[in-house]
Order: sequence, then C-alpha cells, then structure tokens
Amino acid sequence: MIFTELVQAIWVSLKTSGAAAVIASLLAIPLALLLSANEFTGKRFLLLLNQTWMAAPTVVIGLLLYFILSRNGPLGSFGLLYTQTAMTIGQTILILPLVIGFAYTAISQVDARARITALSLGATPAQAWWVVMREAAFPLLVAILAGFARAISEVGIAMMLGGNIRGYTRNITTAIALESSKGEFMNGVILGLILLSLTLGINLLVNSGVKNRQ
Amino acid sequence: MALMGLGLAIGGPAAPSEKSLMLATTTSVDATSLLNVIADEFKKDTGITLKWVAVGTGQALKQAEDGNADVVLVHARKLEDKFLQDGYGVNRRVIARNYFMIVGPENDWAGVAGAKDLKEAMRKIKEQGAVFASRGDKSGTHIKELELWELVGGKPGKNYMETGQGMAQTLLVAAEKQGYTLTDTATFYGVKGITGLKPVFENAPELENIYSVIAVNPFKVPTAKYQAAMQLIAWLTSPRGQKVIGDFAKNGKPLFEPMAGKPGVDLVK
Repeated sequence: MIFTELVQAIWVSLKTSGAAAVIASLLAIPLALLLSANEFTGKRFLLLLNQTWMAAPTVVIGLLLYFILSRNGPLGSFGLLYTQTAMTIGQTILILPLVIGFAYTAISQVDARARITALSLGATPAQAWWVVMREAAFPLLVAILAGFARAISEVGIAMMLGGNIRGYTRNITTAIALESSKGEFMNGVILGLILLSLTLGINLLVNSGVKNRQ
Repeated sequence: MALMGLGLAIGGPAAPSEKSLMLATTTSVDATSLLNVIADEFKKDTGITLKWVAVGTGQALKQAEDGNADVVLVHARKLEDKFLQDGYGVNRRVIARNYFMIVGPENDWAGVAGAKDLKEAMRKIKEQGAVFASRGDKSGTHIKELELWELVGGKPGKNYMETGQGMAQTLLVAAEKQGYTLTDTATFYGVKGITGLKPVFENAPELENIYSVIAVNPFKVPTAKYQAAMQLIAWLTSPRGQKVIGDFAKNGKPLFEPMAGKPGVDLVK
C-alpha cells in the first residue's frame, strides 16, 4: 500500500466517521433533552427500542441502505451508493441510538433543579437547557466520542455502501479487509494500529480540552 | 476545540464530478493488484477515473443489473450468457485467461496428484473424505467448482466447507485445515502468505479460466455510462491494454495471458 493511498484512507475514515458523529450528535442531544424533560406513556418503550437498535448489525444497516440507495431503489436517482455520503448516512444511523442512550443518561444525571433554578432566575428556556448541557458537558462529550469510535471502527457499512473504492471510499477498515485478502497481514496490523492511535489522539485532545475549561 | 476538529471533518463528502466509470468485478483481479495498474494506465490514456467494487462474479452481475455499475469484468460463462440474454449486457469481449487448478496439502495425502484426469481427481477428494474448502459465494470460481463436482455426481457430503469469502481467505482455510480447494492461478501465485499448499492437479483444458469484459446495456439500464464503458473495453482489447495485462507479473510469474488478439476468440470462449 503506497503512502498517498494510506493518507487518503485515513482521511476518508476521519471525514466520513467525523461527519457521522457530528450529525448523530446534533440529532441525538436535542432528542435526549426532550426525553429527559418529558414524562409520557411509551417513553420506556422508546428507550427499550433505542437499546435494541444499538445491537443492529452493521451489515443489516448496510443491506437496507443498499436497497434504498441503489440506482433502482427509492432514492436511486441521487446516485449515492458507493460514495462517502452513503458511508456517513449508514454510520449516522448506526451510532444514533448509542449517542442518544449515552446523552440521555448524561442529561438525566444533572440535578433537575439546575434547569428550574435557571428558569426562576430569569433564563429563557434555551438558556436553561444550555445550563443543563454545560453541567453534563463531559459525559456528553463521551457520548459523542463513543459514537465516533463506533463509526470509525466499523467495516460492514463502509464496505457495502462505500464499496472500498481506491482513493474515494476506501477507509482504514476496508483497507484492512483488502490487505488481509491479499495476504498482506502485516499491513493490516499496521493499519489497525494507526486507527487506534488516531482514536487515542482524538480522545487525548478532547480530554485535555475539557480539563482546560474546568 | 474538539468540536472544531470534528467540524472540519464535515466538509462536502461527495467526490468531485470528474469523468469516472464504475466497474463491478471479480476478486482475483483486485487481490492481485492488476486493476490498480489498469486504472492508472487507463487514466493516463483517457483521463477517465476507473472505480471498482471487487466481489464475486455473481454479485458483480447483480450490481450491474441494479444499475450500480457501468461495466463488468467477470469469469463465469454461464452467468455471463444469462446476463447477455436478459438484455443487461452488450459487447462482451474476452480479454485474458489463466487456469484454475486444484491445490492441496504438501503431502497430498488423498493422492490427487496421481489422478489421470479431472474426474478421478475430484472422485479421490470426495471418496477419501478430504476437507474441501469451497468459495460458496456464486463467484466464477465457485461456479466452476460446482461444474467439477457434477462430474462425480455432486458435492461431497462431509468435510465440504463453504467459506463464503474471497479466494485468498478460502486458500487460507484450506491450508489451515490441510484440505484441498479449487483456485485460479493468479490468486494462488499473486497473493502473499499462502503456505502449506501446492498445486496437485493443473493444466487440464477443462480448467481454463476466461476473463471477459461486458458493457451494461444503456437501453436496459438508462443510468449506465455506456460511452465510457466502451472506451474501457476498447482500451483493454487494444494492443496497449493487452500488453499491460500480459506484462503484469508477481514474483516474476505472469498471472494473466492476454487473449483479445486471438482470432475468433469471442466466438468460442
């Protein structure tokens, strides 16, 4: 595997999975706020559903989206299959329940009085939510990072929806699959170590960022 | 700060809309890196970026039928004929060949090497109850293997293992289990790290492995990039493309024999 291809694969991994983590968080955190602030019938069932969805195998998500994104599928006219966009869509769907679950737990652990106090001190509802999110900042970041880690480490969706196309959709994990199919096991191990170092680096960065703010 | 880092990653995920062509193909041409060479040279000559997904022949043809490929490079005549008859494929050209062979453990304990013909070789594996690793994935190699079992009245009942994976992984399973398998020569000689296996039956005319390229019919699949697909077919069957294929070697061993220049080849192969 030549160096430029390696850099491309790393970039594709960071870009598609980073985008998935951001999109999933933008959807999941507001949902988690809503869930934690409201009691309604069926809430337990929704949470149970969310837990179950966490166990959805990547190949199942990949397969379902293959049918949807394929040229002769319902969204075929967008030509999304075998693009980085398709990988991001799939990974977002994969990690959404994970981020919702973590974010819900994070927000639930904030003292309910924090929001009420903020409101009584004249904060707008949005400002009150901001107070809650600040209280839960670290566990929320953990939620986002866990989502990112799940996305960047999966291979089923990237393979089925990205197609492992050299220079376009080949990411670290599909490159590992290809290298092992070539019998280049050492390359596969090195790529695996690169992936772990990347995740380590990002986690360190985030942790130090959080420390500096506290 | 961390969010900024993640934010940078969002950027437009779509690839720039340059001229590109999608090929659905078989695993052997990818695992040996032949396609890397073809894509680079083809781009130099035509400016078209060749993208590909490497799956078994069966799945490659399905991908094309689903409108997800513009051209296919495959090696299973039966499936190809159906693809053409159903109207999905047009302009099939033979571009290269190599051979299938039966490989087995170094000690060849089932004695396959001594077989006088292919039928006897298959019977020996079946009757001795040797482990046989099958692709089991409707790939060109799998289709060929099933044809061979027909010679001896069907697949063995025991120790027949379907891996459902590519050729290289299937070879590794055969090696680990001290068993036999059918492989194309390109993967066997072109892929690293396959040890403990040796060819036990080869060079039979029935084991010829023909690779052909087929354009997706734009009348049947309107999204197919027909012009670019025909450019690839023209390039692959030109003296220049054929030389690239013929010169491709691993460990000093050429892996594919160019065929497009042979008179009448498309009529018989």
